[in-house]
Amino acid sequence: MTMSEFFHMGGYAFYVWSSYAITLVVLVLNVLVPLRNRRKLLATIARRARRARRT
Amino acid sequence: MNGESTGSAFVLLLRRDLILAFRRRAELMNPLLFFVLVTALFPLGIGADPELLKAVGTGIIWVAALLASLLSLESVFRSDFEDGTLEQFLLCAHPVSILVLAKVLAHWLVTGLPLLIVAPLLGVLLDLPGDSIKVLMLTLVLGTPVLSLIGSIGVALTVGLRRGGMILSLLVLPLYVPVLIFAANAVETAAAGLPITAHLSMLGGLLVLALSLSPLATAAALRVSLS
Amino acid sequence: MNTIVRLYHQMGSPRYFYRYAGYMIPWLAVSCAILMLAGIYQGLVVAPTDYQQGDSYRIMFIHVPSAWMSMFIYVVMAVCGAIALIWHMKLAEIFAISSAHIGASFTFLALVTGSIWGKPMWGTWWVWDARLTSELILLFLYLGVIALYNAIDDKRTAARATAILAIVGVVNIPIIHFSVKWWNTLHQGPTVSKFDAPSIDVRMLIPLLLMAVAFKLFYAVVVLMRARCELLERERNSQWVNELAGPE
Repeated sequence: MTMSEFFHMGGYAFYVWSSYAITLVVLVLNVLVPLRNRRKLLATIARRARRARRT
Repeated sequence: MNGESTGSAFVLLLRRDLILAFRRRAELMNPLLFFVLVTALFPLGIGADPELLKAVGTGIIWVAALLASLLSLESVFRSDFEDGTLEQFLLCAHPVSILVLAKVLAHWLVTGLPLLIVAPLLGVLLDLPGDSIKVLMLTLVLGTPVLSLIGSIGVALTVGLRRGGMILSLLVLPLYVPVLIFAANAVETAAAGLPITAHLSMLGGLLVLALSLSPLATAAALRVSLS
Repeated sequence: MNTIVRLYHQMGSPRYFYRYAGYMIPWLAVSCAILMLAGIYQGLVVAPTDYQQGDSYRIMFIHVPSAWMSMFIYVVMAVCGAIALIWHMKLAEIFAISSAHIGASFTFLALVTGSIWGKPMWGTWWVWDARLTSELILLFLYLGVIALYNAIDDKRTAARATAILAIVGVVNIPIIHFSVKWWNTLHQGPTVSKFDAPSIDVRMLIPLLLMAVAFKLFYAVVVLMRARCELLERERNSQWVNELAGPE
């Protein structure tokens, strides 16, 4: 299929592309959230250890 | 409770719960009033067209019964949890699932049975035909114990929580769906003049399943909640 | 045989699991990405246009695997819960709760894509189709597990409570499915659901299977990532975690 046919999706462009877009967002969020949590956790633990060492 | 058989422990617990429930007679009325109120709200909300009410009446009554049952569930374990009696139940020599069964039976006698008595009045409110009301009663007899049994699992899981009531609905309502579907549909099918043996068998099957499995789950949940 | 037994015991140890999971994640992620790109390419470009539904059917390549995953993950969650309750395995508890959010995500995706697919096909944004209604109830079951876990302060008690809930849920799911399907056939008549392709062209089957495997790999990647986080939080007072957090 041609490029324009690909984007047009036989008139159903809105439906097909919004589905795939929402899926992309959900999947990306599922990856980013644990990634960010891990970084935050390690930072918190390091900070606590530093504080404990000082006292 | 030492030295007594599990059977007499069951009866003792049942009697105790019934006596305690009747001491607070005002509280007994609450689920009942809720049941009537919710059912009465629907005509106000969707219009009093008699044909419409007749079409959706049984569904309304069943949903109202479901919600009233949910509302009254908290009382199954709450007071025993607060004064430490629940821990004693877990410690005594009798199987916890039998004790749970006694408490759930007491709960159903006090909250489910009144619903059965009031339901025909609500049927009249919504102008349902007499035969429909009879089938409605039948489904309530089979269905409300299942609601109490399944609900007790949810209560056991949330009894230790501060705002347990909110989560309880979320936990229990999805599990109520099969009961609602078979019961409400039984009444509709009967109204159309078709046989409802399949529906009643399904409800009966759910009841047997709930009777046999849910006390075990409730007992396990109580142990977890009180650990 | 000895290496397998040793590996099994090592996996039970939080510290080893954390490390091995860290090794596995990149490999799984790359395979997942490759398969997903291949699946999407096959699905959007190579697969032919359906003569009945036009190009809108291509939503199926996301909707169906999402629905499969939503069911699969719930079963995994319940099994892990059972293992945690019976054998008190900490890692099983962690896997169970780590799966809940991912399962809820896939259920949400199945619902949303199903709804979007339904609009051009059936004219409304929502239909009380048997599969969509079951997925909706499944979403509530997932949310119940997540809510219960967050409501209980002690993580171990929370894990055991949600394990019981997951097991009760998994027993009920077939009953719910059956009752909803039965309810649906009464109210809709014997129309074939547009969500079940009666006989599927192999050029449509390939992207479907590719996406199904890709989603499974995705689940593996994310559950390992979440499990590592959960592990760090539980073991935050232990020495190996403090060493990991960084030398001062």
